[in-house]
Amino acid sequence: MALASGDEKHDPSAHSTLDILWVLYDRILRYDPRDPRSEDRDRFLMSKGHGPLALFAILADKGFFPAEEMARFETWEGILGGHPDRHRVPGIEVSTGSLGHGFPMAVGVALALRAKGSDRRVFVLIGDGEANEGSVWETALLAGSLELPHLTAILVDNASSTRPLGDIGAKFAAFGWSARTVDGRDHEALYEALSAPDSERPTIVVAGIRE
Amino acid sequence: MRAQMGATLQDLMDTDPRLAIVLADISHGYFERAAAAYPERVIKVGIMEQTAVSLAAGFAIEGFIPVVHSITPFIVERPFEQIKDDFCYQRLGGNIISTGASYDYGTDGMTHYGMGDVPILRTLPGMEVVVPGTAGEFDALFREAYADGAPTYFRLAERQNLTDRAVRFGRLEVVRRGSAATIVAVGPMLDRVLEAVANLDVTVLYCTTVAPFDGEALRAETLAGDRAVVVVEPYYEGTLVPEIVAALRPDPVRIEAIGVPRRVLTRYGSADEHDADLGLSAAGIRRRIEDFLAEG
Repeated sequence: MALASGDEKHDPSAHSTLDILWVLYDRILRYDPRDPRSEDRDRFLMSKGHGPLALFAILADKGFFPAEEMARFETWEGILGGHPDRHRVPGIEVSTGSLGHGFPMAVGVALALRAKGSDRRVFVLIGDGEANEGSVWETALLAGSLELPHLTAILVDNASSTRPLGDIGAKFAAFGWSARTVDGRDHEALYEALSAPDSERPTIVVAGIRE
Repeated sequence: MRAQMGATLQDLMDTDPRLAIVLADISHGYFERAAAAYPERVIKVGIMEQTAVSLAAGFAIEGFIPVVHSITPFIVERPFEQIKDDFCYQRLGGNIISTGASYDYGTDGMTHYGMGDVPILRTLPGMEVVVPGTAGEFDALFREAYADGAPTYFRLAERQNLTDRAVRFGRLEVVRRGSAATIVAVGPMLDRVLEAVANLDVTVLYCTTVAPFDGEALRAETLAGDRAVVVVEPYYEGTLVPEIVAALRPDPVRIEAIGVPRRVLTRYGSADEHDADLGLSAAGIRRRIEDFLAEG
């Protein structure tokens, strides 16, 4: 991440997700960086789109593209922009940036995998600021009523929301989700929460960041 | 047209396992058999059109061909950014089918009218826009275009032309030839246009694919006669004017754009009453065309 510059305004957004994404890509997700669109992969959708540097750094570290690409972040010659583009960056499932789009897309992906008979898991990362968007709560209502045990949402809560969100896990639980709240810097707590989804309902892991 | 949509999609659901339908609490009755037979490919999300469109894009990412359906303003204008970002910018194929064209629901007021659907969708790169004039034409055009890998909008109307024509996706059809002007009639406007120009010496071209527009056929037909074009559209007037100018460039052309004026409509009535008020009856269209020809 130190190689990249030009998006300092999103530094908090990039750093808040680093531990979560590392645990996901190092210990949870099944993928092959040489075949990033393999049908056998687990899907990860970065709904919030903002501050993708942590994701780019981890994708580079895991071999999706050369680490030198990080030095060309937000340049004409590079493939890494201020928001992820699935057509430019290997390993990016959806192009996001406008808030509140990737979460309902992830539900569509999860429903599509169910229709295919696939048991692959779908993970989607939402920000607490993003959770101001109405479409996030449309999707919370919808998915909470569906049998989607292979869908796990991660809501990174770094208190960036202008409107206080209160107990986010309780709100999702009220819509029918299995909800866990953990320390977003605690790798073991993240691993435990992300590796033990509910057997019937979608799961949300609220990852608190308090520094 | 709505019943035809149900029949066409039911038939295709039986034969194409890639098809998935996303509904937002409109037209459930037309999809009961499909929903019972294919519950994992017919998703009723409730009244949440933004989520409906994004969710459909999720199906598309996984290789399905989604169809999203609701009433025009709620499935085009409300989730416009979802159509733009989640289908067009991602370059995903899928289909949006609206019902209730312009003021088809003419007693429900402006919130339920949809005259701006085609103009705003025309701003999106890669978006295809289809305006069938009959139920049979919807069936033919949908079967031709639904799996073409592009986002495609099908605009269903309550009123339609009396006879099906042999329409093809992306093509203008020559209905009749004349020399004083070329009339482009879009979708359900054709019958009214033919009544309006009954004894006038004009070419009539029938347009059921607004985007991509068949500029080549327009050029071939127009430059053979007087370089005057009248476009008659069932949504906001003038939407196709840039395509017409581009098709005929660098040749000069006189254009008259007939369609729904950009006005807040405050009266309640049938779609025919709205047409009469806005000058879009056959008689109103004839007056506009006669005036235009007289100016030339």
